Amino acid sequence: MIAINNLHKSFGDLEVLKGIDLNVEKGQAVVVIGPSGSGKTTFLRCLNILETPTAGTVAIDGQVADFSKPLSKKKIMDFRKQSAMVFQHYNLFPHMTALENVMEGPVTVQKIDRAKARAKAEDLLTKVGLKEKMNDYPFQLSGGQQQRVGIARALALEPKVMLFDEPTSALDPELVGEVLQVMKELALEGMTMVVVTHEMRFAKGVADEVLFMDGGHIIERGTPQQIFDNPQEERTKQFLNLIQKADTI
Amino acid sequence: MYLNSIFTNPERLERLLDIAQSSFLPLLEGAIQYTIPLTLISFTIGLMLATLTALARISTIKPLQIVARIYVSIIRGTPLLVQLSILFYGLPTIGITLEPFTAAIMGFSLNVGAYASEVIRAAILSIPKGQWEAANTIGMSYSQALKRIILPQASRVSIPPLSNTFISLVKDTSLASFILVTEMFRRAQEIAAFNYEFLLLYSQAGLMYWIICFLLSLVQGRLENRFDRYVAKA
Repeated sequence: MIAINNLHKSFGDLEVLKGIDLNVEKGQAVVVIGPSGSGKTTFLRCLNILETPTAGTVAIDGQVADFSKPLSKKKIMDFRKQSAMVFQHYNLFPHMTALENVMEGPVTVQKIDRAKARAKAEDLLTKVGLKEKMNDYPFQLSGGQQQRVGIARALALEPKVMLFDEPTSALDPELVGEVLQVMKELALEGMTMVVVTHEMRFAKGVADEVLFMDGGHIIERGTPQQIFDNPQEERTKQFLNLIQKADTI
Repeated sequence: MYLNSIFTNPERLERLLDIAQSSFLPLLEGAIQYTIPLTLISFTIGLMLATLTALARISTIKPLQIVARIYVSIIRGTPLLVQLSILFYGLPTIGITLEPFTAAIMGFSLNVGAYASEVIRAAILSIPKGQWEAANTIGMSYSQALKRIILPQASRVSIPPLSNTFISLVKDTSLASFILVTEMFRRAQEIAAFNYEFLLLYSQAGLMYWIICFLLSLVQGRLENRFDRYVAKA
């Protein structure tokens, strides 16, 4: 479903991604972990061309974006349609209700009939447990509710891949579970997902594959068992140790 | 002296009241015929011009940025009275003759366009980058994102400063008297030139400007409330 080849990204002189290769099969949930500054968020943003990679190729479901040459706006917009993004800070549209947020993509971009889009948006909001909150504005919702609207908004476009950028990092601890639950259900339904997260329990419980990134490279990859119980690389061990220590304080 | 003469001389008081009463309708007519249309038309055109200028300023296309900068700099750097004079008294020299009303609309629109463009530019820049990104990831083009996501939020931010521009414009239309538009202030001048009651007529005109501006500030309050419905109350 996703084939990434030798992906590079630099901000000025700073090289953030130093050649990433990755294949993700249809229906797989891949979790990316790593210390801050490791390039994992940049990597995810490159898949949706929110950052334009400096070199390499990304193919999603056969559609290839080759970053060795500049892409046209149309090409970028077409490529983006393959995937949808869920942001750390939700980025809901504050001037629209939850329902309008979810309808916006289908109505404005895909030109779907309003009534149909509305029915679909209602279904999606029901699915993420927000049927009663459909007509609330984002400021009236908790962080967890806002993020679930964010997920519904992304799903409304029927993407082939869902990208999650630290979706629970801005949430109060008691609200993390409701968002992870929705993500878990998505994974079980067979959605192809790439998730950048600090939630190790989610990684252990839901991921088909875990990637450990550091310094712009994928240092180690494997099943959750391999990465968490039997890491091979020194840097992976150090990172996991630090996290465990933090948990026991 | 003036007040004294009013109270000691009942005939004088009566004359002033008569004049005030009889000049009310001509002044109101000037307001309805010219002051208000001038304001509304110029503000509408000016706002469109301002939005285009603001977009040119924040675009990545260098020549557009430069043209917008020069336009704003010239308009803000020269007196409105000079701009109106050039349009109405200057342009005929090179064969372009404008009606007073047309010249006034052009002058005021260009003026609003320049001042309001800075307001709109700041308002657009105040919208978090994440809003553009969210719009992009749901597949929106630049113009869709602008129209559906960015400008609606930017308008909320820009209502108070744009109201300032609007209210200034109401009063600035009095400068059109200088290029022969018979708007409210020119009516006052004409009546006063006839009966020499300058203090009375100019005060009366001033009072009417104030009333118009007061009504407008009520509208501003209502607009702000409407746009604030999606913002958490502090």
